[in-house]
Amino acid sequence: MTESLIFFALAAFILLGAVRVVASRDLVHAVLWLAVVLVLTAVMFLMLGAPFLAGVQLLLYTGGVITLMLFGVMLTRRHHEIGVEVDSSRRLPGALGALALFGAMACAIFRTDLPAWPSSAPVSALEIGRAFLTDHLIAFEVLSILLLAAMIGAIVLGRQSDFGDEPETVYRKGGRP
Amino acid sequence: MLPMDHVIALSAILFTIGVLGVATRRNLIVILMSIELMLNAVNLAFVGFNRIWSQVDGVAAIDGQIFVLMVIAVAAAEVAVGLGILLAMFRNRDSVNVEEVNLLKW
Repeated sequence: MTESLIFFALAAFILLGAVRVVASRDLVHAVLWLAVVLVLTAVMFLMLGAPFLAGVQLLLYTGGVITLMLFGVMLTRRHHEIGVEVDSSRRLPGALGALALFGAMACAIFRTDLPAWPSSAPVSALEIGRAFLTDHLIAFEVLSILLLAAMIGAIVLGRQSDFGDEPETVYRKGGRP
Repeated sequence: MLPMDHVIALSAILFTIGVLGVATRRNLIVILMSIELMLNAVNLAFVGFNRIWSQVDGVAAIDGQIFVLMVIAVAAAEVAVGLGILLAMFRNRDSVNVEEVNLLKW
């Protein structure tokens, strides 16, 4: 009984946070709500028998991703238009598409006969590490190459300008001189 | 014991909120965060399904959790490149509004 109570409380806060992420006018608030959602999801992972994933989620998301997002917000906002953020012009079709998708998923969930929550021992880091370095070794290596490529890509994109001339000026339309 | 439907339903609602964010907002940072929400929802579904089928023929199955780790790694890569694009876009166009960046749009 307490387990379902905890579950519903967590779910309610996760959904509240998610709505605030999407609907918040102030971007810093949105990032902080995203942090709330990610931390509570880590707690949910803990409940579902994935303590290692909960740890990784906390370290990577709330440690790395949220910090990066905050940097993104701080680096790109201009002081005079804080909080001024207008919605997309095609708001209604987007919302209808999202709701249609939700309808399809809800249909699938209701029509599927999912078994009850079975009790099982939490998956330890040992098992995950062993599986990664035996059965999923190739995927693991490909993943490391992907991370390297993403790192180099981020550096290239974030660089101030190319050496010598600045090719970006060609595309500048009425921006800064 | 809770029925497993709840976890999957929570994941579906979370995913829908993410799709709503991508479809209705036009600030690139909000769109990136909505994508994070969607990936998070998928992770939740993976962990839930892993819990449902945690025993296959008496052997512990952890493939769902392996998949979550991969999704987390891809999400981290996506955030790094996404924020790089965001900064480049802000430098060039002085804006983070995705509707103002339409050079490649037909």
